[in-house]
Amino acid sequence: MNKTWAIVNKILPFSCVDGPGNRLVIFLQGCNFHCLNCHNPYTIQLCQNCGQCVGNCPNLALSFDKGKTVWQSEQCKQCDTCIQICPNQSSPMTYRYSVEEMLTVIRKYLPFLNGITFSGGEATLQLPFIQQLFAQIKSTADLKHLTCFIDSNGYLPRQGWQKVIPLMDGAMIDLKAWDNHVHKYLTGRDNQRVKDSINYLAARNQLYEVRLLLIPEQTDLLFNVAKIAEFLNLLPHKPRIRINAFHSHGVTGNAKNWHSATQRDVENFATQLSKYGLNKLTLPAVYLT
Amino acid sequence: MTNMTAFQQQCYRVVTDSNLSPKQKSNNLALLAENHLPYVELDLETKHALEQRVICDMYEGHAPYKPRYVLPDYQLYLKQGSVWLELEPANDFDDALNMLTIIYHHVPSVTGMPVYLGRLDELLLPYVGSLTENELYARLKRFWIMLDRNLPDAFMHANIGPSDNIICRLLLRIDRELKQVAPNLTFFYDEKITPESLLTVAIACICETGKPHIANYNLIAKDFDKMGFGVVSCYNSLPVAGGGSTLSRINLKEVALRSEDRHDFLTNMLPYYCRLQLNLIKERSQFLYEKSNFFTNSFLVNEGLIKPERFAPMFGIFAMAEAVNILQEKAHLSGRYGQDEQADLLALEISQQLADFVNQHTVTYGWRNKAMLHAQSGISIDHGLTPGVRIPYGEEPDPVSHIMSVFVHHKYYSSGISDILTIDETIKNNQAALLKICLAAFELGMREFTANISGNDLVRVTGYMVRLSDIAKFKQQGSRTNTTVLGSEAASDSSGFLHRQPRVISHEQNMGHS
Repeated sequence: MNKTWAIVNKILPFSCVDGPGNRLVIFLQGCNFHCLNCHNPYTIQLCQNCGQCVGNCPNLALSFDKGKTVWQSEQCKQCDTCIQICPNQSSPMTYRYSVEEMLTVIRKYLPFLNGITFSGGEATLQLPFIQQLFAQIKSTADLKHLTCFIDSNGYLPRQGWQKVIPLMDGAMIDLKAWDNHVHKYLTGRDNQRVKDSINYLAARNQLYEVRLLLIPEQTDLLFNVAKIAEFLNLLPHKPRIRINAFHSHGVTGNAKNWHSATQRDVENFATQLSKYGLNKLTLPAVYLT
Repeated sequence: MTNMTAFQQQCYRVVTDSNLSPKQKSNNLALLAENHLPYVELDLETKHALEQRVICDMYEGHAPYKPRYVLPDYQLYLKQGSVWLELEPANDFDDALNMLTIIYHHVPSVTGMPVYLGRLDELLLPYVGSLTENELYARLKRFWIMLDRNLPDAFMHANIGPSDNIICRLLLRIDRELKQVAPNLTFFYDEKITPESLLTVAIACICETGKPHIANYNLIAKDFDKMGFGVVSCYNSLPVAGGGSTLSRINLKEVALRSEDRHDFLTNMLPYYCRLQLNLIKERSQFLYEKSNFFTNSFLVNEGLIKPERFAPMFGIFAMAEAVNILQEKAHLSGRYGQDEQADLLALEISQQLADFVNQHTVTYGWRNKAMLHAQSGISIDHGLTPGVRIPYGEEPDPVSHIMSVFVHHKYYSSGISDILTIDETIKNNQAALLKICLAAFELGMREFTANISGNDLVRVTGYMVRLSDIAKFKQQGSRTNTTVLGSEAASDSSGFLHRQPRVISHEQNMGHS
């Protein structure tokens, strides 16, 4: 598929946590993981155009036209009623951007940007769009200084990474659990491909950061420090390691009752990792409890 | 109590206040005495507008006997010594520090303490001699502690930069180590002179202390002459060897409330209140220049350290956000200031018109015979009124969108304008991002770049610093820092300063007992 447009959930012109410097972050809609702890569950599914949300919008920002749900952002007050009603837990509040339109957005914020980052959802589900946008950036005089990053769950197969590696500057990959069965419980998918992605990207010096999300009593990261450290220590071009602390704000279902990771949990984990010689660690600046 | 006059009762409340130091009490008593005098003579319309607080005199006092902000030429002072103070010219670094320590006590201002400490690196560099870095560090650190303890007023402001030099770097380091409320600190950034490595150090300091505030040196310098300018108190840019004689401000919200619609506001009401404010400014300066004898008997004038003609009256405005929102509502438009293009364009038109007004009117006692336009950053009694042309607390968009919607105003406010960006503390792990948005802000034409990093104890309230922990302690113990009382007053604001993200609160003058 040679896609020249993307389904975008949100664009932020200021982010200091998605790669080096200030980044424009493009959150693409749709994800192939179904993490129990997802903080943005409405970014997982694409809108199925069932139209159930249309009549319930208090601001008349939604309508139904030729079998499609249409969202008018000018009318919308971001009350999220549509998301709460959606049987699919999806959001009709998405935008379609062509590559050209996206370049216009990037140019609007250009003086402020060190680069751009695709995030999600799962960004790599719309890889052809990413490829085209990165290619445009890298071949355009006023844009080519921008660094191009992808924030991913790591499920993209090697053939996918091969397409985009020549055009990008780095990736951030989440490793959500060490043991496959824990990973499958948390995300609905195996983690072998995630580990493969980490290895593959690191071998090509394209792995900017590995992200480890600490969820007390749910994830197995704490019990596998030695194995995780061995895995990460074997990588060439050692990545930064960011430890994220789970908190229950914004999650749905059972995860709402899960315990937040405390500063103590995170520091304990970091201390253990550093005992194995891992030192490019980034810890949360803030802990929400 | 019952036999006392109202004036005596006011004085009695000050004298018996359990939270004020003797020095703070005497300042308040002096203000009460001044305000017991009749107000400088005003025509009826101006007087009425002042009483209604559509225009505001910043509670400077009924009979101005000292300029609001004084910026002595300290360089000249160190070079020539002072006959009045019986001081020889400075020979070495210790002389220079000692001489500055002395003169600061003789520089009047609205707060009774100096609001300007000079461009310290430029002042001290000629006296470094053979002192090593360690020797300079020890001296400057003691000096910095002395400033905070002896002149405890957060409106006191030091300037450093734009050149990369040892004093500039040491002061940044010391300020970061001590995390004091005073002095406030402005770093001048000049893209032609300041290396990125030095700006990076300043940015790292901001992440810990909210200081320094960074000024776009070249852009501001264009509005001044070769003698230069200083940034003093809360973001006031004023001529060196001069200063700000008086500051009045128009409450744009009140003007909007009195206007039928946008057209009435722009063509009738705003010009009307601009004229009244100019009257107020003229009468107040006239008293200062012609009656108070300040400029005839001050050693600062006699020794050439300040010149009467280098003082500008400041033509202030505030509550742009509320004014625009009211005018939008009157036009049945929902877009709010800072979030809507149409609302922002209206604000821009208002700023343009204000700048035109100030430029088209001469004043007798003005710098270059003019007043200077100023986006005033608020005082502690401003509730529900947003400082200057800032976006209201809690409505600010992300820092990039924030800068993009306000930078257009900066060119109009030659004696100062400030927007304070509230930045999430995750920035501490990625300071390159803060550096980038600072550079971009200057590229677009922001005069000043100021950031509060959430989670820090030391935060900016309007323009000066307070420690949140001091505010918490104040109610029990009082505070040795004059401005903590203002922070505390502001913190009890219904907007709930302490219960939300660190935001900016406003005020410039101790209103507690006036």
